[in-house]
Amino acid sequence: MSPVISIKDLSKVYSSGFKALDRVSLDVAKGEIFALLGPNGAGKTTLISIVCGTVSKTSGTVLVGGDDNVSAWRRARTRIGLVPQEISLDIFSTVANCVRFSRGLFGKPVDAGFLEGLLKDLSLWDKRAARVVELSGGMKRRVMIAKALSHEPEILFLDEPTAGVDVNLRRDMWALVRRLRDRGVTIVLTTHYLEEAEEMADRVGVVDKGRLLLVEDKASLMRRLGKRRLTVTLAEPLPALPAALDGAPAPRLDDGGRKLALEFDAGEGGGAMAALLGRLDRAGIAYVDLETGNSSLEDIFVGLVGEGTR
Amino acid sequence: MNLAANPLGIWAIYRNEMLRSLRTLFQSLVAPVITTSLYFVVFGGAIGSRVSKIGGVGYGEFIVPGLVMLTILTQSVSNGSIGIYFPKFTGSIYELLSAPMSAAEAVTAYVGAAATKSVVIGLVIMATSTLFVDLRIAHPFWMAAFLVLTSVAFSLFGFLVGVWARNFEQLNVVPTLLLTPLTFLGGTFYSIDMLPPFWRAVSLFNPVVYLISGFRWSFFGIGDVPVAASLGFALAFIAVCLGTLAWMFKTGYRLKP
Repeated sequence: MSPVISIKDLSKVYSSGFKALDRVSLDVAKGEIFALLGPNGAGKTTLISIVCGTVSKTSGTVLVGGDDNVSAWRRARTRIGLVPQEISLDIFSTVANCVRFSRGLFGKPVDAGFLEGLLKDLSLWDKRAARVVELSGGMKRRVMIAKALSHEPEILFLDEPTAGVDVNLRRDMWALVRRLRDRGVTIVLTTHYLEEAEEMADRVGVVDKGRLLLVEDKASLMRRLGKRRLTVTLAEPLPALPAALDGAPAPRLDDGGRKLALEFDAGEGGGAMAALLGRLDRAGIAYVDLETGNSSLEDIFVGLVGEGTR
Repeated sequence: MNLAANPLGIWAIYRNEMLRSLRTLFQSLVAPVITTSLYFVVFGGAIGSRVSKIGGVGYGEFIVPGLVMLTILTQSVSNGSIGIYFPKFTGSIYELLSAPMSAAEAVTAYVGAAATKSVVIGLVIMATSTLFVDLRIAHPFWMAAFLVLTSVAFSLFGFLVGVWARNFEQLNVVPTLLLTPLTFLGGTFYSIDMLPPFWRAVSLFNPVVYLISGFRWSFFGIGDVPVAASLGFALAFIAVCLGTLAWMFKTGYRLKP
């Protein structure tokens, strides 16, 4: 399938001389949820701002639905809805007027039925006549999303959608993202809440210092770079790792000697675990609990960014 | 959808701006009316009764076009600038920048709304003035033309100031330091013929002289400068503002990093 967003060699140097993006190339497929992951200042917001047209590029090309976002900007922009990081609304306007304004701005005629559905979808219907200034922070964020969806975009950009958002709203927001995806909307989000990218995204792109370090299917990324971890809680703390436990793969002491942690490749099966437990038995070291788990995207990410800075 | 132009977008901004004005109806309409009434009481009544007729026109009547111009110049710049500065200030400008709206469409909408408001205020002030003086309008068409042209020209200028301003102080600097002196020295309350020759010559460099003179001519058939010069100046001013704006949008000046 041809990509709905196609970015080629995109660079951005701000007038201050700061290079925010360095030859980034990226394709986003129609209907997927794509997460851009990176630390603050990595260039995630610059990247989506250029695609959406709020920041001008220095070089490279951006195609949205096959249309160049500079030469065919009108068609390209009609396809996109943007929810920026910061809440910025005309606070004296009513909720319904705010959303109606956005729809009009994108050239769509008033559609009372659609507006009602959208506001109900975002639990804003009861607040439609309220002025934005009267709303809570969470409600304001819902208004931002309603504005972005008001013109029925094919692609939705969410810039740090859950920064400063409570658990309920976060859950609602993810449910909405899934519903949108089911309707065929492509979603690009930026986050440094890594567990969310892990939970939500189909594919993940890791950005740091203006460069796209890798783009991979989330599952294969986890398979390729994912580690499993065994944590053994000891009956008695150990002051240092006994010689009996040395040898590959070596565990390390954690939690002031109360725990042993062993990391091993996910593809390796249980061999490493069995070996460690056998060595513990032979050394006569008693343990009270065992815990296994997958390493999180965060572990992977920290490793990648570390490599990038080296 | 392939939009060749976005008329619904223009309407959305225009409507939104007019709604904003309605929310501040008192500030928008009542304040200029009160201010103008005060001018009439002080200059028209108290002082005007001691001033002889100017070109056969009573002083109270004479200052009506000047007062209308004074108010619409101020209001146009203020409305034109806040309309674009406010979204810049709150950050909600992202929406305009990401929308399928051309610069020309955005300017049409914002400036159209600001100018509409100015024209309405101008008409309200003229209506108010009939309570104080017996108003004649010799050339109603040209009166309307100057009213609309001036409103558009200075709303455009205001828009420019709104794009340029980085903070509220800069937003206020132009009206206070530039516009107020130019308007007061532009013949609002006097004919420049009443000035000594040197100051009369200096006044001819003041753009506002041309606007007030043209507007006054449409009322009384007399003006400080030929009416064609007034018209030409208003059009030239619009052209300069449009040119500057075109450059600003082309370079993304202070709007788009």
